[in-house]
Amino acid sequence: MRADPRGVLTGTHFIDGDHACCEGALAAGARFAAGYPITPSTEVVERFAARVPTVGGSFIQMEDELAASITLQGAVWGGAKAFTVTSGPGFSLMMEHIGYAAMTETPCVFVDVQRGGPSTGLPTLPAQADMMQARWGSHGDYEIIALCPNSPQECFDLTIKAFNFAEEFRVPVMFMMDEVVGHMTEKVVIPSADQIEVVPRRHSRKSVDTYEPYATNGDGVPEMAHAGEGYKFHVTGLTHDERGYPNMTPQTQDKLIRRLQSKIHDASDRITLLEEEGLDNADVIVVSYGITSRVAQRAIELARQQGRRVGKLRLITCWPFPEKRIRQLASRTKAFVVPELNLGQMVQEVERFAGGKAKTFAVPHAGGSVHRPEDILRVIVEASR
Amino acid sequence: MSLIDIANPVEPFLRTDRMPHIWCPGCGIGTTVNCFSRALIDSKVDLQSLALVSGIGCTGRVAGYVKLDSFHTTHGRAIPFATGLKLANPKLNVVVYSGDGDLSAIGGNHLIHAARRNIDLKVICVNNLIYAMTGGQTAPTTPGRAITSTSPYGTFEPAFNLPHLVEAAGAVYVARWTTFHVRQLARSISEAFQKKGFSFIEVISPCPTLYQRRNRLGDGLDTMKYYKEKSRVKHGAPTSEVGLTMTGEIIVGKFVDRDRPDYQSLLHGQMVESLGEKYVDPSETVCGCS
Repeated sequence: MRADPRGVLTGTHFIDGDHACCEGALAAGARFAAGYPITPSTEVVERFAARVPTVGGSFIQMEDELAASITLQGAVWGGAKAFTVTSGPGFSLMMEHIGYAAMTETPCVFVDVQRGGPSTGLPTLPAQADMMQARWGSHGDYEIIALCPNSPQECFDLTIKAFNFAEEFRVPVMFMMDEVVGHMTEKVVIPSADQIEVVPRRHSRKSVDTYEPYATNGDGVPEMAHAGEGYKFHVTGLTHDERGYPNMTPQTQDKLIRRLQSKIHDASDRITLLEEEGLDNADVIVVSYGITSRVAQRAIELARQQGRRVGKLRLITCWPFPEKRIRQLASRTKAFVVPELNLGQMVQEVERFAGGKAKTFAVPHAGGSVHRPEDILRVIVEASR
Repeated sequence: MSLIDIANPVEPFLRTDRMPHIWCPGCGIGTTVNCFSRALIDSKVDLQSLALVSGIGCTGRVAGYVKLDSFHTTHGRAIPFATGLKLANPKLNVVVYSGDGDLSAIGGNHLIHAARRNIDLKVICVNNLIYAMTGGQTAPTTPGRAITSTSPYGTFEPAFNLPHLVEAAGAVYVARWTTFHVRQLARSISEAFQKKGFSFIEVISPCPTLYQRRNRLGDGLDTMKYYKEKSRVKHGAPTSEVGLTMTGEIIVGKFVDRDRPDYQSLLHGQMVESLGEKYVDPSETVCGCS
């Protein structure tokens, strides 16, 4: 279905990534946000608070991130598309509710504008060190989707994608920005509403008598009902059966948890978004994401000027990890070079799926600034030996 | 007519396919659910637009037994979940049904802020003075020198006086009953359905398994006798004076019944004043997602 034109600010804008993310959410149909102020993410909800009353929705500033991350889920079950926005310390507080959203299959988006950590860390400076937390931060086994934009334009485009994936798979989607992308101002083109594809809620068409909240067929994604429609359904974070009733047996646990995993894992080809360039005959492939991919671009150019065969693989979808693609590439390249603003998170995944067929080189950085292209270049040179 | 043909009037409100429930013999939570159901009958609330939200704990399990749109959320977060539900669909009548530990300890911050905002929620707080589901640990409501599994030598922390707390934070309706006062409790719940704004009903309830037994206060029936003998109805009592002790008087009644604009009226007023015709009332659009 096409976007609701009321939320779409069609035109060419000069805005930062945080504001573009907000416009993406509005274009995707988000009409509810709950937030708590935290640098460097607050501009997203500041703009939302100003914009949403004019398009038919609401924003509430909650007392903390624990509240914000569950208030938005109440809004989803009330019928809204909803999200929250935060940064490291707030993201830590939201972990339990990422698990709740995964368990109850509440479609929603968590935006994390990453800053240096741990703890209060570097409130105004970038990092990409929440990548493993985004995947594994809540307790238990579950799958999420995580997208990583590298420009304000992508903050707009991919926020829409994030909402669409959330609705299609009934899963919490992590939108993993970073401080630089959030505060970088660039041209953002917002198309007209009729050019924006929006995935509607997978709303049940079943009768009240035959509806089972967690019954699935085919793709493993159940149909949803909203409160107030007469279904009288039950939702719980306890292990539950198709009726949504608590059922704490190993059998029910196995069935449910495997479905929560497989509905994402089995669809990973569709969820995986990559930007690839120069991979054929590449001796070295630079794997990067977010702001680091833009620094890596310069390093790749410098390496090519030296006559090296270097390819670019940019992860737009970070989770589920594009394991299949890494396996394929590992059998035909010498080495992967993985720069990221942490001391080695996604590089471990690259190494795992390279499976020893290609060498893997990290280019770690503790955060607070971006890499220098020369730092990445040095490792490319080392890797291509 | 044989006995078996007599239907329990509260049965239509229950998920009978989930019985038997998990509550212990002598526990008061089932009694409160009965009172709640009777209030639904008496107040003729539209059941389709009624949603119930619980947190975690023994009382948190209420959501799983009522035949309503019902949400068993995370520990302490029933109120913020309910807030989102209500704001996304203001036509819903939203009840929060949870325990003292859930609402006033881990969820205490949300309790006071929802009261401050005057979100239109009906909060039923079953106060058994203890963490029961996890085995009888001290709660912020545990009175006197009660023995609990985490205060084996007696509690010494002062307890919360919940009616006083929520009145100070801004609740428009505050009442307290015990599980002995079934008619009064049902009436209070019905009254709360007539109020717009943050309503809070505390129900003092026994936990014979963990609180009464450990403190040699007898069984469920002994607790009923205690409630009967030591409760004093005092409508309009200053909430500063209704704190609980282990074996002393229990002041019950309707303490607060006042009017104050609720969150959504304030929101609407502010937006109309600031934005005029540019304001699009969300209750007319809700989501645009189906």
